[in-house]
Order: sequence, then structure tokens, then C-alpha cells
Amino acid sequence: MNLAVEELQKKFPDVIREVKKGDCLTLICGREGFLEFIEYLKDQKGFVYLIDLCGVDYLNYPAKNWEERFEVVYHLYNFEAKELLRIRVRVPEDDCWHYSVVKLWKTADFFERECYDMFGIEFKGHPDLRRVLMPDDWKGYPLRKDYPLALSEEEEWEVYKELVKKNKPKR
Amino acid sequence: MGLAVEVNKKQVEDSQWSEPFYINMGPQHPSTHGVLRLFLELDGETIVNCDPRVGYLHRGVEKLAENLNYNQTIVLSDRLDYISSAANNVVFALAVEKLMGLQVPRRARLLRTIVSEMARICNHLLWLATHALDIGAMTVFLYCFRDREWLLNIFEKICGARLTHSYVRVGGVRLDFTNEIIDDLYKFTEVFPERILDYETLIDVNRIWLKRTKGIAVVSIEEAVNLGLTGPCLRGSGLAYDVRKYRPYDAYNEVEFVVPIGKNGDTYDRYRVRMEELRQSNYIIKQCLDKLPETEGEPVLAEGAPDLLLPDGLKDVVPKPHPKLGAIFKAQPKQWAPIGEAFASIESPKGELSVYLVSDGSNKPWRWRIRTPSFIHVAAIKHMAKGHMIADLVAIIGTLDIVLGDSDR
Repeated sequence: MNLAVEELQKKFPDVIREVKKGDCLTLICGREGFLEFIEYLKDQKGFVYLIDLCGVDYLNYPAKNWEERFEVVYHLYNFEAKELLRIRVRVPEDDCWHYSVVKLWKTADFFERECYDMFGIEFKGHPDLRRVLMPDDWKGYPLRKDYPLALSEEEEWEVYKELVKKNKPKR
Repeated sequence: MGLAVEVNKKQVEDSQWSEPFYINMGPQHPSTHGVLRLFLELDGETIVNCDPRVGYLHRGVEKLAENLNYNQTIVLSDRLDYISSAANNVVFALAVEKLMGLQVPRRARLLRTIVSEMARICNHLLWLATHALDIGAMTVFLYCFRDREWLLNIFEKICGARLTHSYVRVGGVRLDFTNEIIDDLYKFTEVFPERILDYETLIDVNRIWLKRTKGIAVVSIEEAVNLGLTGPCLRGSGLAYDVRKYRPYDAYNEVEFVVPIGKNGDTYDRYRVRMEELRQSNYIIKQCLDKLPETEGEPVLAEGAPDLLLPDGLKDVVPKPHPKLGAIFKAQPKQWAPIGEAFASIESPKGELSVYLVSDGSNKPWRWRIRTPSFIHVAAIKHMAKGHMIADLVAIIGTLDIVLGDSDR
């Protein structure tokens, strides 16, 4: 491990809540002051490549010992040190937003749009936050754990209902 | 004739000509390689703004995976990037193996490396065929499909399927190679380098090809990293980042190969990188085949790998009615994977493909996140197309090598 975790913890005591060593170094963070923290990692520590950004819904997760429902997970990579870093940021359900990192990485544009599309987490500072994969007039956020696998007939997507109506076999 | 010129003159004088022109490219367009819709803002024939709209092929793979057990999710991976499905299978298995701490036998690792590289050759051949066809070289298309057919026939002998292989399983592979397959592959590796020369003769110094590819969509290293480009698109810019070298998986640490890089970061360099990769893949397959006799008789599945059969205790389960499909069978979850998370990535033919897996201790994933290269590359069109002519857009889509099934998941 080339990254000095203690130094980071001293520099950002409010951001880093917990440090884990699983398959790669994992930092569990809070939302406040996150932007300065990740900018520091990118500019000073060489984590220039954002591999992945995704959301996770921890509703009724069996091994959960924290409050917040959602998490936004970043996977960063340092080419020179060949080091992978995972950052998990907790996001509460009733105040469901997070800071956008589009200014730092253009990649984050589609990642954040997808995260908003699937989990309903709003990214503050994103220039164009729309749905990506689902239709614009879709209701609900499909990857949330309380989203049903199959919708009832009344809850179906309006466009689909129209299509069914239009293509009903005439007798 | 005279009238047409007059009408043209009238239009040019019209002040409306200074206004931008909006046009849809796709979702049904032969050179968008699937159902990609590009919303373009044009100034004459120059692209001012491009807004890629995806999602037409969205099947909810991530949500589906949360409701299937680990071996069943591998079947989903075939349908992501259907041109190189063997490579997709590998990353799905790797993530679960990382989580469960399975030790894959050496023979299985070698076999996986062979099929991954076969998938890379298949993918690059199809890419070359369609990319050349889009730009205007018809002959290459036919030659590439001839050789791809050969590999697909070998795939058929390996696992019985030509496109949706599902050959890799959690903890190893499904079947061992027979001697016939090894002979076929040897024959292929002998002949294939000459075939690559054939393609290069057709287009390498072709004047039309050079005019259409040189200096188109130039991306610097910094911008490529910032845009998240991976695979040949990143290496074409000059950064030798390859997951096979940086975080080796399967048998890549015991074979030697060169990571080819470009210099200018334009469409032509990315083409050169891919052609070089074809040679390297061929070389890797050859090395793996040479190593196979050392592992003769080894099992191809790890000990403790999850079974394909349904878990025990099924008799006690009461089928729950499904809102649409009526009663469907629900198996009792068995304690399989430990609670935790794992992140695995591979160098898929298109770029870096990675899976982030969160487990809750049951036999199904809690969260199954797939980071596909095509999704990021589609987003990059927005930045790469700016300032180019509309005819070059076809070359840009081709050079990024996107498959919309991969992008939309």
C-alpha cells in the first residue's frame, strides 16, 4: 500500500469515518467535505482514473450497522502505483443527494445520470441530470430494493399501456 | 438545373441559414451498430453538439442478477456484449471467486485464457469488418467474416454454442477441451498471422482509408483518461494501461505478450493497435496451448464451487404466486457466499469490464454492478464528435467499438 491512510485521516478527520482492508483499500466516508477530499486524491495522490461510480441500496441489509440507506461507491485507480481504491459514501434516504464530480471527471457524467436514474440520488452540480437508461417519463427508481419486480396492470408505463390498447386483436 | 440554383441562392440569402439545424441519427441507422440515437445540433455539415441517447436495449440485467443465483447470472453476461461473450463470462465468475476465495485449477485458468483471447479475435474481426464497411471498404468485411466463422465453429465444438457460450462457470469452466479442439486451434494459430497480413494489405495504406481515419477524433492521454476510455481506445492515445498487465487474472501472468500503443490518438492509431492485438492474442493462445499438456488430467472446476443444481431442502418450499406469471418456484437460499464485497475487472476486447459485487450471505448477490466499456464510450462520443463533419461521425462510432447491448445492459 502506497497510500498513507493515517495521513489522510489526519488531513480529513470529518470525511473519513472508517477504513477497511478487504480485496482493496476501502474508505467509508460522509458527505460533508467530500469534494475537497476527492479533489485532493485526484490532484495530489495520483488517483486520476475513475473506474466506476455506482449506487447501492442497503434497505434491510442483514449485516447493516449504520443509519443511512444508500451508498455511492467510487472505484479509483492510480496508474503509477498500480493501486485500486474504493470510496463508499453514505447518503441518507430523506435527504437524498450527493456532490457531483463531473468537474473532475467527464466520465462521471453518465455514471451519475445512471445512479440518479436507478436510485433517485440527486447529484448537486451536475450540468444535465436526466434519466439515461429508463424512459424520461418513467415513475420510480428501478434498482431500489422496494421497487417491485413486476408491476400490476394499472401501474404499467403509460406508453406501454397505449401500445397494448392500440394492438389489441380485433374480433 | 437553372431553377435549382436559383432556389439555392434564395435559401443562402435567407437569414434562417444561420440558425442551427437539429437531426436525429438513429435509433435505426446501419452504422450505429444497434439502437443508438444521436441527437445532433448541426451547423451546415459540422457537428456543434451531440447528445447520445441510450437505453433502447435496456433489459435490467443488474436487477435481474439480484434475483438469480451466482451461476445463473453468468447466462446474463452472454447477452451484454454478445460479440465477445466468453470474455464477459470470465469477469462474472472472477468476482464471485474473489468473494468466496475459490482457487481455480491451473488447467481451467489456461482454458479461460484461451477462450478470452478467442473472443478478442472474434470481436476485433467483427469490429474491423463493420468499421471498414462503414467507411467504404467492402472486401475486408467478407474476409473477416470468413475467419470469424472458423473461430465460431471451434467455439461450437467447445461448448455447443456459437454466440452465447456460458462456457465459464464459477470456480472453473464447464467442460474440458478434447484433442480435436486443440488440433483445430493449433491449425488456426498457424494460419491466422498470414490472414492478418491479408487485411493489412487491403487497407493499411489505402488512400481512402488513410483520408477517412488519419486525424479523426484525436484524443490526448489526459483527455482519454478523463473521459474514461479504456482498452484499445486508451492505448491508441499512448498509455499502455492493460488490466492483463496491471492486475493479472487467470493465466495472464504466465504468458508473455506486448501491449501495443499508438502515438497520435487518432482513428488510424486505434486501428493499428487493434491489428497488433490480433497478433498478440494469437500468440497468447499458442502459448496456452503449449502449456496445456503439463496440466493433463487436472480437474477443470475448483473444490467447493457452487453447484449448478438447485440447493437442498426444496420439498419444504411453498411456491409463491407471481403477480404476472402465476406460481413460480422459489428455492430456499443456502448459505454460500460470505458477507462482503468484491471488485473484479478484466480487459474485455472493448475495454475494461468490471463487476462490483455486494453479498448479503445468501446464494444471490445483494448488488451486482456491471461497469461496461461501451456505456462510457458512448458518453465519449459527445466530446469526440464536436467540430467534426457528420460523415466522420460514422468513423468515430466505429473506432470506439461499441455494442449497444453492452451499453444499455
